[in-house]
This record gives sequence, structure tokens and C-alpha cells, in this order.
Amino acid sequence: MKGRFRPSMAWLHTWSGLVVGWVLFGIFVTGTASYYRADITHWMRPELVQAAPVAATDLPKAAERAFAYLETHASTAKTWFIGMPRPDRPLLDLFWRTRPGTPPGHVLLDPATGAEAMVRDTEGGDFLYRFHYELHMPPLWGRWIVGACAMIMLVALITGIVTHKRIFSDFFTFRRDKAARRSFLDAHNVTGVLALPFHLMITYTGIVALATFYMPWGVTTAYKGDTRAFFAEAGWITAPRPPVGRPAPLAPVGPMIAQALASVPERLERLTVTNFGDAGATIVAMFEEPHGLAHTPTHIAFDGTSGALLEIRGGDLKPAARTISTLIGLHVAHFADTGLRLLFFLCGVMGSAMVATGLVLWSLARLPKVEAEAALGLRLVQALNIGSIIGLPAAVAVYFLANRLLPVGLADRGEWEIRAFFAAWIVAALIPLARPHRRAWSEMSMLVCGLCLAVVAADIATIEAHPLRRLGEGEALFLWFDGAMLALAALFAFAARKVARHRGPSRVEPRREPVLAAPAERVRA
Amino acid sequence: MAARGPSITLRERASVAGRVVLAAGGGYGIAALSAALLSLALPLARPEAVAAATLSSFVLMPVIAIVVFAMRSLRRAALTLAGIALVLGGGLWLAMRGAP
Repeated sequence: MKGRFRPSMAWLHTWSGLVVGWVLFGIFVTGTASYYRADITHWMRPELVQAAPVAATDLPKAAERAFAYLETHASTAKTWFIGMPRPDRPLLDLFWRTRPGTPPGHVLLDPATGAEAMVRDTEGGDFLYRFHYELHMPPLWGRWIVGACAMIMLVALITGIVTHKRIFSDFFTFRRDKAARRSFLDAHNVTGVLALPFHLMITYTGIVALATFYMPWGVTTAYKGDTRAFFAEAGWITAPRPPVGRPAPLAPVGPMIAQALASVPERLERLTVTNFGDAGATIVAMFEEPHGLAHTPTHIAFDGTSGALLEIRGGDLKPAARTISTLIGLHVAHFADTGLRLLFFLCGVMGSAMVATGLVLWSLARLPKVEAEAALGLRLVQALNIGSIIGLPAAVAVYFLANRLLPVGLADRGEWEIRAFFAAWIVAALIPLARPHRRAWSEMSMLVCGLCLAVVAADIATIEAHPLRRLGEGEALFLWFDGAMLALAALFAFAARKVARHRGPSRVEPRREPVLAAPAERVRA
Repeated sequence: MAARGPSITLRERASVAGRVVLAAGGGYGIAALSAALLSLALPLARPEAVAAATLSSFVLMPVIAIVVFAMRSLRRAALTLAGIALVLGGGLWLAMRGAP
């Protein structure tokens, strides 16, 4: 058993990593970007950057304006969601679902007037955020695919650890000057091992974030499948209230909001209204979570028709429920301030690099020894590697570029940005098929570099309030964003140079044994 | 399993495919059974039992998947998983009969 265990784990690591690698790379990159989701959305709505934040005392009036809008435009909707003004989005964000099958309603209102806000239509960072766990597919499909990939990633991580006999010394090993495959292997080990606690944490907590979606069977047996009853009894949400079936008007919402604001110190984040028009109408105010690891936002429920406070939930969780809240809190990292957030971001970058180097390593280890035609499987992997590792960053850059260059008044503008994203991805994945493989890597890396530079140029050219055009005055957000794009451009230029200057083709590199998995070979070497 | 390329026999391919199916289906099945059983059987308040059972099932699944690939033969792995599933399933049947 002992002689077989490690090779079979190495085999499992290699193949489980390969089959999910491309999707996983997309999940990692968009998830990493989502640490700055609010900043990306803010950057993509430059009209709002100069807007003054909304004072807490104005929130009750703002909520009444949101209700007035929804009563005229969404009176048939079952549920309303009202995102309250935030520092990075000083607007009311209204969302409602009428019935399954019809597209949900979504509108941004000026909290001071209740009129529709004059702001460019964009999904902003929310598109990347939702891609992270739904891949822009129907939620059921997207979430299951992401969940399966995450589970296989967990297997790949555990088997990757098992494969390393010398995990500590691998930590300090980077043989830059050796053959390409060696340095890719070391890069894979360094990015994998250095941020290993992060990788394990983020993968497991990512699954936990959709726990009852992936594993509903405990709720099935103990709650007869009623997930909301489970959530309410665990203390995460207020008790769901069914419709009574008798029509009744809503009480004025302003006093309810004022009462909620007076009892919770955190920022009011969202209002949820259920059973509008019914005597069982309920208004739930959800607050930002208190500072700390756990994701435990306070919920306050009001009776919609009488305005009476029904219950306050959150905070007082029992151990297992609190564990779940803490795991989700770790995943979304809302507790992280500037420095810690940057650390999480860099760990995410390392995770993306770990997946990318692992994918490249697989194909490098299988290059034919002589100038023979590469096998079909290898060519397929090579095409998918470059299509995802280069294609996705190119698509993200084009998404940002489209936000700056599409006409502001274009109908369905937000949708066009997403179309530009996928069009760019498809093009960036197809071009390399017509080019020699190594040349394609350096050319496409330069293309991504150029696209990142173009984002910066378009930002400076189209934004009149850009700090560089006002001699340092104006919002620093633009400088930070452009700086990040420049750093990405430098990263891809560096990669292009490395690939282009790499001398000997690694395919003539002597190999001592048929590779079943590179790390296992290391152990024995 | 070390060989690759054309030297792989059909039997080996079938064994790998079988392990993949067993690891995915068996891993999820056993994790689901344990979540369902522990949600009823853990001596905790109901929401706590469900939360703890669901959390632990996500650790169980990768462990089962790895066990399937570490076992000497597919047959042995299948029998082991079937045994675990039988015990969990029997426990679940008893727990659900006991539940109101």
C-alpha cells in the first residue's frame, strides 16, 4: 500500500487539477477581482464619484421615495429589494421579481428626489462577482458546475499536499535558471504552498457559502425541505410570514426606518418587502454586519400594515450556526480593511497563478521528445490553456474598456458590456489556434498588456474629473484603478518577454521517466 | 496506473472511469446520507444539528473521493463505500422512523 499511495495521489492531483483547471482559473480570477467589487462598480459609474454621501437622517425619506416608486411600477411583484445608499453608490438600488420566467426589474433612484438616476447602465463589479459563482449561466447550472469544480479543487489540494514529502523545503525552492518545466513546477509549488492556508480556506468556505444549495438533505430530513424555516430557527433571518390573503395598504415606512436606525449602530444596507398589498406584508431592514470575522448582519422585521416591530435577529447565534457565519465571513472578507484586503487579493492572485502554472505544467510535461506532431489531446489542452489564461484577462480588460467607450445613452448598455466581454474572450481564444503555440503565448500576452494600457488611456481620455487632468485633484479611485491596470500590463509584458526570450524549446529537455505527475517525480529525483 | 499513452489497456481505462464515477456518486451519496442522518441524530438543538451535519458532510466528500482512488482495487473501494452507505442508510431509516 505504502509504495502505491503517493503515486496514485500524484496521479489524482494531476488529472483532477486538469479537468477543472480552466473553469477554476475563471472562478479564481473573478473571485479575486470581487474583493474590490464595490470599487470596480464605483469606477464603472464615474458619474457618481463626485456625488455627496447620503446622511443617515435622510434615509427614512429616501426609503419612502423608493416605496412610492415601487408602488406605482412594481405593485404586482411578490418581493421588493431596496439597496440603501452606500458611500460608493449614493443611490437607491431597486430590484423586484414579478414571477418566475419574466426578467426581474432593476432601477437606480436618486435618494433626494426619487427620480431615476442619470447614470450609465452597467453591471459593474457585480457581473464579475456573479460570474465567480454562476459563470453567467442559469443559476442552477452555474452553481452546480462551480460547486463541482470547488469540490474537485479540494481533492486536488489535499492530494497535492500528500504528494509533497518535502513541503517545507519546496517552500524555498525556485530554480529559475533550470529548464522551463522545472521553474513552472517550482512556481506552481511556491504559489500553491505559500498561500496554501488561503487556498484550503477559500475552497472549503466557498462550498459552505452555498451549503444548503449543495447539501440540502439535512434540511430535507429535519425541516421537511423548508430552508427558510431552518435559517430562521438558526437565527440568521427573521421568521418568514406567509400572505394572509386579505388586502391591506402599507403603513408609512419612514417611521419604521427611523426606529430601526435608532436601535442598530451599523449602516442600513437593504430593505426587503414581502407580500406587498396583503395584510401579511413584512418589511425587513438588513444592516451591515458588525465588525468581526463572522458574517452576522442584524435583521429587523416590521409588520407592513401596522408598522409594529416584530423581531430583531442576528448576532446571537449558537456555535454551529456561528461557525457557518464565520466561514462565510472568511470567504467574503468584509472585515478586511485596506491592508488585509490587499493580502487577500494577493492570495487570490497566487491562487490564479497556481491554477495557471499547474495547467501549463501539464502540457509542458507532455511535449513530444522529438519534433513530432503533438498529440490531439495535448493540442486541445494547449488551446484551452491559452484560451483561458490569456483569454479571460483579455475579456476583463475589454469589459472595462467597453464601459468607457460605448456611448453613454446606448440602449441595454450594461448588456453590451457583457457581450463585449464574451466576444473578446472568444476572439482571444481563437487567434492562438492560427499561430505557433509558443509565439501565440508571447503575442497574446502582449495583447493583454496592450488592452490594459488601453483601459488606462480610455479612462484618462473620457473622464474629465480624472486626477491626472486636474493636476492631482479629484477622486483617487481613478489613480488606484489605473495603477492596478498598469501593474497587470507590466505582469503580462514580463510574461511575454519571458516566453519570447526563452531559448531552447523545452521539448528537447531530457526526461528521465515517463511523467505520470511531475511532483511525484520530484520526490524521487 | 502509472502508464499512459497507447500502453493503457481497456481494463485500466474502465477502472479509472469506474473510480471517477464511484468517487463522485459515492462521495456525494455518502456525504448526503451522513448529512441527512446526523441532522436527525446529533444530540443538539435542531438547527445546530443541521448546521453541524451539513458542514461536516463537505469534509467527508473529498475524503471519500480520495479513499476511492487510494484503494488497491475498484472492487474493494466499491464494497467499502457500499458498506458505509448501508450503515448510514440503516441509521437514517431508524432515525426517520423515530422522528415524529
